Amino acid sequence: MAIEQVEVTDFFQRHKPFSDLAVQELSELASGVEIAYYKAGSPILTFGQDNDQWFVIRSGAVEVFRRDGELYNRLGEGNFFGELAIMRNRPVRFPVVALEDTLVYLIDADTFNHLFDNNEQFADFVEVEDRSRLRDSNADKKDNNSLLTAKVEKLIGQLPLILPPNTTVQEAAVRMTEEGVSSVLISNDQVSSDADTDDEELVIGIVTDVDIRSRLVAQGLALSCPVTDIMTSQLTSVQSHQYVFEAMMLMLKHKVMHLPVLKKSQPIGLISHQDILRYESQNSLFVVKSIFTALNVDELTALKGEVQACFSRMVHEDANSQMIGSAMAVIGRSFKQRLLELAEQELGPPPIPYCFLALGSMARDEQLIVTDQDNALVLDNRFDPQLHDEYFNALANFVCDGLDRCGYTYCNGGIMATNKKWRQPLKVWEQYFSQWIEKPTAETLLNSAIFFDLDGVWGKKVWADTLNRLIRKKAYKNARFLACMARNALLRTPPLGFFKDFVMETDGRQTNSINMKRRGTAPIADLIRVHALSIGSKGRNSFARLQDVIESKILPPGRGVDLRDALEFIAMVRIRHQAFDLDMKRVPDNDIEPEYLSDFERKNLKDAFQILSDAQKFMKYRYQPGRHL
Amino acid sequence: MFYLDKKALQDQPNVRTLNKNVDWPAEFAKRSKSARYPALKEYYAQGVVSPETPISEVPLVALDFETTGLNPKTDSIVSIGLVALTAQRIRCKEAHHWIIKPDTELKTKSVVIHGITHSDVASAPSFNSVLDALLQHLQGKIVVAHHKDIETRFLNAALKHYINEEIVFPCIDTMALEARFSRTLKRTFLRSLLGQKTPSIRLTDCRARYNLPYYRQHNALTDALACAELLQAQIATHYPEQTAPISAIWC
Repeated sequence: MAIEQVEVTDFFQRHKPFSDLAVQELSELASGVEIAYYKAGSPILTFGQDNDQWFVIRSGAVEVFRRDGELYNRLGEGNFFGELAIMRNRPVRFPVVALEDTLVYLIDADTFNHLFDNNEQFADFVEVEDRSRLRDSNADKKDNNSLLTAKVEKLIGQLPLILPPNTTVQEAAVRMTEEGVSSVLISNDQVSSDADTDDEELVIGIVTDVDIRSRLVAQGLALSCPVTDIMTSQLTSVQSHQYVFEAMMLMLKHKVMHLPVLKKSQPIGLISHQDILRYESQNSLFVVKSIFTALNVDELTALKGEVQACFSRMVHEDANSQMIGSAMAVIGRSFKQRLLELAEQELGPPPIPYCFLALGSMARDEQLIVTDQDNALVLDNRFDPQLHDEYFNALANFVCDGLDRCGYTYCNGGIMATNKKWRQPLKVWEQYFSQWIEKPTAETLLNSAIFFDLDGVWGKKVWADTLNRLIRKKAYKNARFLACMARNALLRTPPLGFFKDFVMETDGRQTNSINMKRRGTAPIADLIRVHALSIGSKGRNSFARLQDVIESKILPPGRGVDLRDALEFIAMVRIRHQAFDLDMKRVPDNDIEPEYLSDFERKNLKDAFQILSDAQKFMKYRYQPGRHL
Repeated sequence: MFYLDKKALQDQPNVRTLNKNVDWPAEFAKRSKSARYPALKEYYAQGVVSPETPISEVPLVALDFETTGLNPKTDSIVSIGLVALTAQRIRCKEAHHWIIKPDTELKTKSVVIHGITHSDVASAPSFNSVLDALLQHLQGKIVVAHHKDIETRFLNAALKHYINEEIVFPCIDTMALEARFSRTLKRTFLRSLLGQKTPSIRLTDCRARYNLPYYRQHNALTDALACAELLQAQIATHYPEQTAPISAIWC
């Protein structure tokens, strides 16, 4: 009988996926290993060689190469290689060379296959093609009770007070006082009790404390008038299974303080602004409120810390990247709106209508804490530079300077409303976009990548819709343009080779870093934009676009979901890194230093970048010139 | 191996040159005739590789004993660990470990070191009941040990005691090899000028020089493994082609 090697067993117990094995399996594994030592520089696996052993690095480090000699990966203690040759039962494709003096434990193919076939966790961890590991790592984060990931249901304290439409305001006020609530729902009398109520509105309106003050008392109406006279109809409501965060967003968007909570169409509760604020003093609602009550730019500037606190808090409460991205975008948009209000106060009302545009990440609802400002101005077609430009130049400068002071640094590329080129009447913008799509050049393609994510934040927002519609209609199936956009989106490659720098420095110092925006989230957003344009998606958020792309079935099965997980994971690594910088009182950036990544994050990050790389290859193939879409 | 105190360890090992010029294949052939104990006869009959055999082709076995003390006349073996290897691969499947009931009393001092207690040995087999198996695992292979004196002298003493015969065999001593490899370092003028000492040749320190991981010592099986890995590292470093004859490293 084989004898278990204590040190070998100990090692396996410390490293995934072996640590998940049952004691018996682990001990059998340890007693069956072979051990080999490789001097730095010596080959471990060579191209075309048959390999029937799985290599686990016990100490030292190795380099994995592509066939063309390009460095593919570096691996260190606890990492493994050689599994592909075993799983595919084919000769070695990626040669491996010892980078340091290296001791490896080898597991024979039979043992490997046995573990792989009989142990799901083990297989999941090892299987490089199976990206489910990534999904799990994202999903884990949702398993908690934090406010931002909680469902609306959790905030409901009591059943809502519902009164019939013929109730007088005074009766309603009495009932509200008795129940201690600040709002009441008005039921629909027309719905008969035996009717199929699924399609009928059970609730037709809401009356709040404020309505009684502003619509009854202030207007001098009689206490005896029916509640329907002062109620708000056209209710904004939230479904009980939606996230609290989504409820917050609805409140912000529709500027309401109360939301009825529905389960199917049945009202089961009411949540108020206060309900949320009670839990969250530093949430985005609170920050947004502070932004709109700031009296001048100095007061706005002072809110920088609160924005950061809000960001950190969301990260610590395990909000996902969509929640954080949209909360930050709402905040950024609010800064712009308030700055424009202040600008108009100072400069007087605009001589002609205009629309202030948010571009890029803010328009996509993917803004984070480290961000520069990309914006532009669309002016009324009556625009006459002689008469009007002085005003809009001043307005743009006021806003852009203000944004810079509030933490949104100037755009390096000059994509700001202060730039005359990006302060044009609607008809010029329409020409811009048409030209960019019909006759793309290297420069205009870059513009397209930024300007095609646009959103109106202030003024004539319909013009933003007009432009979005134009982009959607023109880009759709314009094969040459899409091919150019695709080629352009391939310029930023995922940093797979970067991981080669991960392993070595044992003294803990590591000067290399990776820009997670430039090499991670931006290339994914670019890629998703191309697919979204090709199917005429109306989505602007990358996740929303990707959903449309998935539904259009232009991607191979499963790839879209993988891409979504990859984006979420990379975005969260970036977000957590920024939150960590904030916690450490450092200036947050997008550069990840590998020393702060866990093995787990590293491994998943690598997978995520691999997915991006594969997705880029597919895009390259799909949009190659001349190929029929 | 038995724990050596610091003073003993920092001295150069007592490398016996006695066997240097032995014609091992001839010696084994001769002894396979004269040996009386069947397992020992069989051991010799399996022979030994010729001294010119390249290192890469030699079957090896790393051997380690824990003992009750340092003197083979008065102390005895309490555990044996061994693992088969070649210059390229160590095979944990071919590893063995025995706890032995010693003839002499366990000394408290040694219990502290190897952790084998009186109750462990109470039910353990005596040396002679594992002797056949041990010889079987050694046959046809070259023994590797770190500071081979313990293993060679204790094994010989045990055989004398139980079967009244002697055993001799070529052996690779990783400690002696390390001393040899580090000798050039010792002579460096600059080193003596700087007052630097000869590098330690303790197993753990040797291993660290080759980037081998730290293993806890004084379990015969772990020490045998540690010694096997060290030899692989030494060969990879000093005989990377592995074409040198085995006689270059055995003694």
